[in-house]
Amino acid sequence: MTGALRYLGQGAVYALFAALIGYLSMYPVYDPFPLGQALVKFSLAYAGKPKGECRRRTAEELAKLAPNMRKPFVCPRQRLSLLIELEIDGTVLYRDVLKPTGLSGDGPSRAYRRFTVPAGEHRFVARLRDTDRAEGFDHVRDEKVTLKAGQNLAIDFKGTAAGFTFN
Amino acid sequence: MWLDGSLDKAFGSRWNPMYYLGGLGYFYFWVVALSGVYLYIFFDTGIPKAFDSVEYLTNEQWWLGGVMRSLHRYASDALMVMMGLHIARLWAFDRCRGKRWFTWVTGVPLVWLVFVAGVSGYWLVWDKLAQYVAIASTEWLDFLPIFGEPIARNFLSPKTLDGRFFTLLMFLHIAVPLITLFLLWFHLQRVSHAKVNPPRGLAVGTMAMLLVLSLVEPATSQGIADLSRVPVPVKLDWFYLWPFPLAERWGAAVLWGFAVGGTLLLAAIPWLPPQRKEAVAVVDLDNCNGCTRCAEDCPYAAITMGPRTDGKPFERQAVVDPDLCVSCGICVGSCPTATPFRRATAPIPGIQLPALTVEELRCRVMVATKELAGNDRVLVFGCDHANKAGKLNGPRVAAVNLPCVAMLPPSFIDYVLSCGLADGVAIAGCRDGECYFRFGVRWTEARINGERDPHLRARVPRERLARVWAAPTEWRRLERELADFRARLRAMAEREAAE
Repeated sequence: MTGALRYLGQGAVYALFAALIGYLSMYPVYDPFPLGQALVKFSLAYAGKPKGECRRRTAEELAKLAPNMRKPFVCPRQRLSLLIELEIDGTVLYRDVLKPTGLSGDGPSRAYRRFTVPAGEHRFVARLRDTDRAEGFDHVRDEKVTLKAGQNLAIDFKGTAAGFTFN
Repeated sequence: MWLDGSLDKAFGSRWNPMYYLGGLGYFYFWVVALSGVYLYIFFDTGIPKAFDSVEYLTNEQWWLGGVMRSLHRYASDALMVMMGLHIARLWAFDRCRGKRWFTWVTGVPLVWLVFVAGVSGYWLVWDKLAQYVAIASTEWLDFLPIFGEPIARNFLSPKTLDGRFFTLLMFLHIAVPLITLFLLWFHLQRVSHAKVNPPRGLAVGTMAMLLVLSLVEPATSQGIADLSRVPVPVKLDWFYLWPFPLAERWGAAVLWGFAVGGTLLLAAIPWLPPQRKEAVAVVDLDNCNGCTRCAEDCPYAAITMGPRTDGKPFERQAVVDPDLCVSCGICVGSCPTATPFRRATAPIPGIQLPALTVEELRCRVMVATKELAGNDRVLVFGCDHANKAGKLNGPRVAAVNLPCVAMLPPSFIDYVLSCGLADGVAIAGCRDGECYFRFGVRWTEARINGERDPHLRARVPRERLARVWAAPTEWRRLERELADFRARLRAMAEREAAE
């Protein structure tokens, strides 16, 4: 190859490489979300009630402990599993029993789910059971929401006081 | 090899980017690091502030800040390409097995670190793309049962995101490249004379390419992130972000399976299958004067100079680390005592390979040249990894193969020609830049040109010596160049006869 041809060849290689980088750093455009749909995220990170009751330590038990460890009550570490449910327009989309996290089962239960729904008005009912009751739920929120296409609705549980929130 | 050959034509072997993939990777890393330092000066860590500060750099300070941002992105992309090519090339040329396992295995975590550094950078802009990347990557991470609370919950709605999160991300985006740099140091521990910089011409060319690309197609943001909206469509950087669409399609578990399985498979490649172990180089203290040439020429830092242990009046002696020695024989070619001329005693040099001693090599030369006839007799010293020089054997051509042509002490060329064993000597090694043992071609050329010890003696007629650096696929070129060489030898013989 002559000098000029070689420089031309080098220019072509650089141009090709630049074109490859320039193109793949932005294209093809990624658009996986269907038109006319909205996204619902149903999530929580919440610890259920302790599994079992606290009990008072006996005098003998307290005497065996170091003075700084003598707490009168001993409570179980493990938490109850949560029962969680999301209903949209009368249909239960999601129902699950969430076990507590952690090696001793003393961490919060966690959930994070995504659902795609058509844009428009929907009736959402979020339910949570965090006690050892056999029937029913401890926290329920029933809400009508009008969703626009491409909107993101987050349903979260913010503890006993605030309950379910719709953002 | 085809790509190597094509780029050789345009760039020459001195600037061929395929021979400097690691060096180019380093170069892009430094471009990313320096442009990143500039961006950091103006970057503000906060939810709207992060986006605003990047917008300021891109639009109001486009002539420097915008160029720096584009360089930061495009050099990161180029780094990913170089890394991929570097891995593919080393694997294709079988340069990852045997003693090279350490360099290969320490390179595997670098892939993850570069990936993490790149992905975390996309979060910081806090535009629509950042929102997509943040949600997709945290959802993928949340598959691992190690987080008390799903990290993706940070991005549930505008109310759940804390500005401090960006401070943490910024720390991550700076810390990961620093760890990468530290690991790069490990990566090259067993590689001597590592090519960590591309040649100046290549560096100038590739920098000019990045600058032109940055000016023609500047990196821009995709609108501020809005957690109340679904962040699509997005223009993804496919060099770094390709796993996330896959995670959406296949699910996080399958992608984790591929990621972990792929990493383990990549790390296991040096042992798939294990390489046959050759006997390593052995030092003969009776003939070693501690000249250090073998230590300087060893491409894998397998030879060090230690204190003398035999009481001889030399300061040091060569010490071979059997864990690092790849049995290339380059140390034999560098040893000044490796000579075939010694007649009174056996030609035992200061260092040699048990599988192919200097005495054995001399013997093979004698046997190979014995039957040659004519005035264009050529002895070819071939390379086990470059070509099958044995196929050249015939009435006018004989071939002796070596693990690497740089194993050949230059005195052997003198020996063959001065003893009249052949009319010409041809050295047929790997194509320049592709040497299986890294420096075979470089050291051989330097020794012949008198630039590196041991030199080829001045009395050796250079016109009777040919060097052919050809890939295994370039068999025809090897044959053609050898035929030309023999024609030159015949012409020389006829000229000498006429005189």
